[in-house]
Amino acid sequence: MNILVCISKVPDTTTKISFTDNNSKFNEAGVQFILNPYDEWYALVRAVEIRESLGGEVTVLNVGRADNEQIIRKALAIGADKAIRVDADPADAFYVARQIAEQARAGSYEMILLGKETIDYNGSILGGMVAELLDLPYISLASHLDVEGQTATLTRDIEGGKEVLQVTMPFVASAQKGMAEARIPNMRGIMMSKSKPLNVVPPVDIAPPTRIEAYQLPPEKGQVKLIAPDNMEELVRLLHEEAKAI
Amino acid sequence: MAVLVYAEFVDGKPKKSTFEAVYYAAQLAKQFQTSAVALTIGPADAADLAALGQYGVEKVLHASEAKLEQFQSKAYTKVIAAAADAQSADVVVLTHNSNGKALAGRVAVRLEAGLVSGAIALPDTAAGFTLRKPVFSGKAFAQISIQTGRKVISVNPNSLKPEAGSGSATVEAFQAALQDSDFDAKLVKRETMSTDVVPLPEAELVVSAGRGMKGPENWGIIEELATTLGATTACSRPVADTGWRPHHEHVGQTGVAIKPNLYIAIGISGAIQHLAGVNQSKTIVVINKDSEAPFFKAADYGVVGDAFEVVPKLTEALKSFKNS
Ligand SMILES: Cc1cc2nc3c(=O)[nH]c(=O)nc-3n(C[C@H](O)[C@H](O)[C@H](O)COP(=O)(O)OP(=O)(O)OC[C@H]3O[C@@H](n4cnc5c(N)ncnc54)[C@H](O)[C@@H]3O)c2cc1C
Ligand SMILES: Nc1ncnc2c1ncn2[C@@H]1O[C@H](COP(=O)(O)O)[C@@H](O)[C@H]1O
Repeated sequence: MNILVCISKVPDTTTKISFTDNNSKFNEAGVQFILNPYDEWYALVRAVEIRESLGGEVTVLNVGRADNEQIIRKALAIGADKAIRVDADPADAFYVARQIAEQARAGSYEMILLGKETIDYNGSILGGMVAELLDLPYISLASHLDVEGQTATLTRDIEGGKEVLQVTMPFVASAQKGMAEARIPNMRGIMMSKSKPLNVVPPVDIAPPTRIEAYQLPPEKGQVKLIAPDNMEELVRLLHEEAKAI
Repeated sequence: MAVLVYAEFVDGKPKKSTFEAVYYAAQLAKQFQTSAVALTIGPADAADLAALGQYGVEKVLHASEAKLEQFQSKAYTKVIAAAADAQSADVVVLTHNSNGKALAGRVAVRLEAGLVSGAIALPDTAAGFTLRKPVFSGKAFAQISIQTGRKVISVNPNSLKPEAGSGSATVEAFQAALQDSDFDAKLVKRETMSTDVVPLPEAELVVSAGRGMKGPENWGIIEELATTLGATTACSRPVADTGWRPHHEHVGQTGVAIKPNLYIAIGISGAIQHLAGVNQSKTIVVINKDSEAPFFKAADYGVVGDAFEVVPKLTEALKSFKNS
């Protein structure tokens, strides 16, 4: 089973967000970057589990600059066999999707897994773009993935419920909670990751159709209004009259 | 220029987010002095379709072929793109929900359109065509421009309040050329929870509890509060991870991101990853026995006290409020 897992680099979840250049650029100073949790905990670990039981190869793919190699090495330490880095700034979702599709065409993968979304830009759209570019089935927000022969069975979340679906390989899926349990790389994995192949390739040249023009921080929350624990009538009154929430 | 909106029907019925998307598209059309057309795929009553006119669309296209009864990302994409072409739509609007997330990227690629997902406001046209959306898990907003002539926008649920007018839309059958290979996923099983609770992403009122509740056996007072309010229940991540509550209730950075009118957090400390999923809530109430809990900094109203005493009192107060 040859699996391609798309991985991205995001600011650590506890990062305090700020901007520079007149609010047009994310301030990376002092920010700790991590592998996007959905990519790491779910897509990658499930891919490695499937490889462990069925054989084959897990390739991780990242569109980004050389400073992304730290998170790529982490993915290799968790168990991916090799990596591809498309040497470009991930300008926007379509730009990245085109790069992924290009690499996917160049290999022969039975599955292309992504995370449900990146925790920085929260797009949740790349999977659909990649699937359409490659004319493949797409299962979004998958919380289970099992494989038997050339058929994959996936569970997909819908509002207030779930769907269980079957698709024939190859296909694209985005992974979320439930698909696997996070793994911590062990010493052996970390040592081995250093000698695993990491192929750096140039991007295909396309114009990104969208651009971030400006950022804004949310307005500061005012001081919390404290209500005495034995006066819940007052809380109800405020929720009704002031907040108009009930 | 025209605007096409995918008006989703689930089990033959429109949802709250459907009206929001239709209203958004109609407002957008007004902004550009053009008209908005809705497209519904799958089973739907003619009366429900015509009623979308209340939210400002003049026409509703209905793709009702039997094979379109179940959601299919590829086939639905083709139908939406064909309708956009047939209407010469420059803007296509979808909802940023489960099916919308499966469709938006596909539709954008098919139409060679730039896409902004999770928009929370109508486009700003002061300079170009830009949309506002939350980024960094709600810790900031970005204004994103679309450079292409054609545009796809997916709208976050609960971002705007649709106002119903008195219009009625004309309903037209719509058919797109589809092949068997467009139906590339086989539905094995579909499970939906009891229909009398509003699913979390759409809920306007949410009662959420955390590890402060000590154990699953203590959730009775949480459920009673939620039932009294007509709210949907949610929980923090460790609560779902230890199996005290089902996984679909987990809100936060790695769970569901929600945007209700009212979020009541009980026995939740307010870790940054939890806040990431709830900080778009309009009003936040925090009940916590520790006055130093970080959640109070993000709250509008706070009660420093023991949940086991405060929650039943709040439920009582709500009951008398509802009865008065
Ligand atoms: C990468 C990453 C992603 C994460 N994603 C999420 C996420 O999506 N969602 C999420 O929720 N967490 C997430 N977390 C975990 C998060 O950091 C916190 O650990 C978690 O939110 C804490 O849950 P809690 O508030 O229920 O529990 P605790 O932190 O244990 O807080 C319990 C609170 O209850 C209060 N309390 C105790 N007894 C009572 C009482 N009798 N009455 C009233 N109050 C009482 C305490 O004062 C305390 O504030 C993530 C963590 C990481 C590292
Ligand atoms: N720069 C990138 N390189 C490779 N994969 C990416 C990149 N950015 C995002 N992805 C993948 O696409 C998924 C969804 O991203 P998005 O649609 O932008 O929220 C992520 O979880 C990753 O799996």
